[in-house]
Amino acid sequence: MTENILVLLETTPSGSLTTSAAGLLGAARAIGTAVALVVGDDDGVASGEAIAAGAERVLLARADRTQLTVPVVDALDAAFARVSPAAVLLSHSVDGRDAAGRFAARRRLPVAVDAVGVERDERGVLARHSAYGGGYDVTSASTFGPLVVTVRPGAIDARATAVDGAAVETLEVLPSGVPAATVDHIEPLVASSTRPELRGAAAVVSGGRGLGSVEGFALVEHLADALGAAVGASRAAVDAGYVPAAAQVGQTGVSVSPKLYVALGISGAIQHRAGMQTAQTIIAVNKDPEAPIFALADLGIVGDVFTVVPQAIAALEAKRS
Amino acid sequence: MKIVVLVKDVPDTWGERTLDLETGLARRDASEHVLDEIDERALEVALTFADTHPDAEVVAVSMAPESALPTLRKALAMGAHSAVHVVDEGLHGADLSLTAEVLAATLARTGFDLVITGNLSTDGASGVLPAMLAEHLRVAHATSLSTVEIEDAAVSGTRTTETATARVSAPLPAVISITEALPDGRFPTFKGILAAKKKPFETLSLADLGTDADPARTPWSIMTAVAARPARAAGTTIVDEGDAGERLAVFLLENRLA
Ligand SMILES: Cc1cc2nc3c(=O)[nH]c(=O)nc-3n(C[C@H](O)[C@H](O)[C@H](O)COP(=O)(O)OP(=O)(O)OC[C@H]3O[C@@H](n4cnc5c(N)ncnc54)[C@H](O)[C@@H]3O)c2cc1C
Ligand SMILES: Nc1ncnc2c1ncn2[C@@H]1O[C@H](COP(=O)(O)O)[C@@H](O)[C@H]1O
Repeated sequence: MTENILVLLETTPSGSLTTSAAGLLGAARAIGTAVALVVGDDDGVASGEAIAAGAERVLLARADRTQLTVPVVDALDAAFARVSPAAVLLSHSVDGRDAAGRFAARRRLPVAVDAVGVERDERGVLARHSAYGGGYDVTSASTFGPLVVTVRPGAIDARATAVDGAAVETLEVLPSGVPAATVDHIEPLVASSTRPELRGAAAVVSGGRGLGSVEGFALVEHLADALGAAVGASRAAVDAGYVPAAAQVGQTGVSVSPKLYVALGISGAIQHRAGMQTAQTIIAVNKDPEAPIFALADLGIVGDVFTVVPQAIAALEAKRS
Repeated sequence: MKIVVLVKDVPDTWGERTLDLETGLARRDASEHVLDEIDERALEVALTFADTHPDAEVVAVSMAPESALPTLRKALAMGAHSAVHVVDEGLHGADLSLTAEVLAATLARTGFDLVITGNLSTDGASGVLPAMLAEHLRVAHATSLSTVEIEDAAVSGTRTTETATARVSAPLPAVISITEALPDGRFPTFKGILAAKKKPFETLSLADLGTDADPARTPWSIMTAVAARPARAAGTTIVDEGDAGERLAVFLLENRLA
């Protein structure tokens, strides 16, 4: 028998699993027996999705969703006691990080954060990281005992398929009584139904301060749609209010590693490069020939985005029809 | 109201950051170190509150080598009332769990109504520390806040995650972390820089905190392999002569990217 890998799956406010579930379960199945923990209402939606994505066993715990993180950690602690896993995998999302932090502190376990892969050798579970903006590949492990791993959303391509006879078990949880913040009101973010998510996207088109305005930034969206790409941005574009903060690529934003990255009106500051320099192919359009982004670009175009990009979109459309 | 702001000494993001390929640890000699920008914003939240609440006390706390003194001095010059510097040889290469344990012991000793941290440090970017501290201290946490309102007995704000935006509130004492949506830190004034030299400054060792860094006591997260990726080579750069858009489309199609 292989060792258990406990996976905390996150649910959206509407009760289905978030998109990180497939990668987490894919990663877990590759190194052991995937035991999923779903914390939420028992309407069967999330546990069914977990089984479809490869969970071999699902633990279902109810929790007070108005209390931030603590009930989830109480459930995680109970699940850990039940299955004695070799590793606990969570998403490196805001909620996943909070749960990982509290849980690791409670059990005094080591944490490996922002992993882009997990492996195992004869000594135990290893986490792979892409450090300092992709400048280094680092592997980490626990000196002894289980490792808590937060996994970068979108970084894992491995997918698992459903196994026959996957069981759903109810997990009783004793509340720890640790004080928690209250969620007074929650507003789900409406994701674009047509565009891919930035994390894990195969192609990304990003815009910077060079787009000049919210109206100007629409050009980034047009090219993204022509390429079936996700939309990203520099911090300057976020600060200027052209796009929501969730689109920020870079050191303090999202790290992406797509097949194609197109930077429009972005100078290529070191903090921006830290979030995109591992892309396979980089294209940049900037009117300043000295812009540092050109040092990374496979194809650099010195020109005005407002003339180059509409011409490119028209050419793509012409070639298609 | 006693507000503790956790400030981290990090490699300046404007320079190249390097890892030692032998130890896997950040090379401190390779780049200049600064007070992390996100922690300047955290300090700004505390100082803005203190500006209108004369009884508020702001303490800056950092766990870092001796060379991080300028970072704590800067926090004092910006307006923190006192600083606590945790320095110990045994903390060299400390992992997140040990860092959290030591910072929690420091916070327990210093005392606090509210702890403010950055959501993600620019070097570690782990973002798990605030929740770890809250658990060790058995208090509530509210992380990734893009707005913060501090009251006598509670702290509340807007918490944005990948899937939702929520209004959250936590009873004090609590740990919060803030995002870069909050304003930049203020610049130290000349008066502030002079005053910083006279402010209370405490240096603590592991022994002072009644703890140790014994690797046999608790498991550590360690690096087992480190490799530098080859630098990226630049490709072709062309200057638009009226047809660059067409050439962009051709490049995308030829490389099967469109
Ligand atoms: C601690 C820290 C963390 C940071 N984290 C991030 C991060 O995560 N992500 C990030 O992006 N930044 C980050 N930054 C900010 C970063 O330093 C830069 O300020 C930012 O990336 C600049 O964005 P930009 O390239 O859009 O703007 P600018 O640097 O102002 O560049 C705009 C570019 O647009 C070009 N341009 C203007 N008009 C046109 C036109 N019509 N056609 C073509 N080109 C045009 C200009 O030539 C210029 O090169 C961080 C900074 C710090 C200090
Ligand atoms: N060594 C440290 N000393 C003081 N504060 C720290 C330290 N490490 C992390 N922090 C705080 O925790 C926040 C999040 O850090 P991290 O979990 O490393 O992303 C930082 O913005 C700091 O406020």
